Amino acid sequence: MGDIVSIFVRSIFIDNMIFAYFLGMCSYLAVSKSVKISAGLGLAVMCMLAITVPVNYLLNRYVLSSGALAWMSESLRDVDLSFLSFIVFIAVIASIVQVVEMVVERFAPTLYSSLGIFLPLIAVNCAILGGSLFMQERGYQTLGEAAAFGLGSGVGWLLAIVGVAAIREKLAYSNVPAPLRGLGIAFIVTGLMGMAFMCFMGIKL
Amino acid sequence: MEKESLFSAKNLKLLTDPLGRSNPVTVLVLGVCSALAVTVKLEPAVVMAISVTVVIAVSSVVMSLLRNTIPNRIRIIVQLVVVSLLVILVDQVLRAFAYDVSKQLSVFVGLIITNCIVMGRIEAFALGNKPWPSFVDGIGNGLGYGLILVVVGFVRELLGSGTLWGYRIIPSSFYIANGGVYENNGLVILPPMALILLGIIIWIQRSRNKNLVES
Repeated sequence: MGDIVSIFVRSIFIDNMIFAYFLGMCSYLAVSKSVKISAGLGLAVMCMLAITVPVNYLLNRYVLSSGALAWMSESLRDVDLSFLSFIVFIAVIASIVQVVEMVVERFAPTLYSSLGIFLPLIAVNCAILGGSLFMQERGYQTLGEAAAFGLGSGVGWLLAIVGVAAIREKLAYSNVPAPLRGLGIAFIVTGLMGMAFMCFMGIKL
Repeated sequence: MEKESLFSAKNLKLLTDPLGRSNPVTVLVLGVCSALAVTVKLEPAVVMAISVTVVIAVSSVVMSLLRNTIPNRIRIIVQLVVVSLLVILVDQVLRAFAYDVSKQLSVFVGLIITNCIVMGRIEAFALGNKPWPSFVDGIGNGLGYGLILVVVGFVRELLGSGTLWGYRIIPSSFYIANGGVYENNGLVILPPMALILLGIIIWIQRSRNKNLVES
């Protein structure tokens, strides 16, 4: 249990998707001009990470990794399908996005009207695929750990995008040098936020 | 219809524009995700730039050849399949011939699939143009992306480790530990500095080219 809590907190603060690995920066820079929109996108990304990482964990554990097919029959013990993981992960993500979009549209129309436009976008968000690839690379041992990592990364992404959007809203009133306006200052603000988040690095969990 | 030569002015413009005026990273803000994480050293940055260029160019040609046969509704799925197959090929080649670099790049090779430049160029260009211009456009955008990667990688490795491509540039006798006056800047190695460097590159580019300044 302690492990799961520690993975959760680590993935929010120390291994933050945006500040430590720059994942999902494209959509992050495009929408982080208003707090309301970025909170919507952040929530959508958080939900998708929390769903896709455990699903891909199961696929990786029982289908893709070396010797994973042994549960099916002894003769498949030497099969290693890990080279297929990119295409399997992206297919899973794209289809889950479609399914979630349809379910949300059917059962929660109000939520759909606020989140709906972001759902197709995040099929190609690096943070979602990155979550699954990091899960595979770090070799989490149980489904609980993978789920904690997925949810934690999503919460970290949400915090980062809302925080920077709030700063950028305030920046609209400040006198930034003309060539630095917009994109340039957004990068520098994100860098400074990243430095602030780095103070969590020393914490041992 | 008059046949257009392979390197007509129009095609050449496709190749050179992404290097400066419409650079995919600094102007169009595409593909930033992976542009920064792989630039601590110069070598992985160059390998990443080459891999992305190959994937963009080949996937643009493939999608351009298929553009009239794919129904519009399923084109995103088809693009994802084509791009992921190419990325799997690139990943296997890197593992076979450059294992150390492939370990350093870790998940970022896989993330070429969701690199917005690849999807962006297919959507914006390859689906409406013939294979050859699409190929040139892909190469140009890959090089524009690579240019930024190499510049950031160059600065970070030189200031952060005192080396370039693994070779020592700043002599070790300069360091304080050996009785000199110089010390590596540890800050440059950390992730936030990559963002700030990119911000500075954008600043320099926009102060030279006033058309790009945002209001």
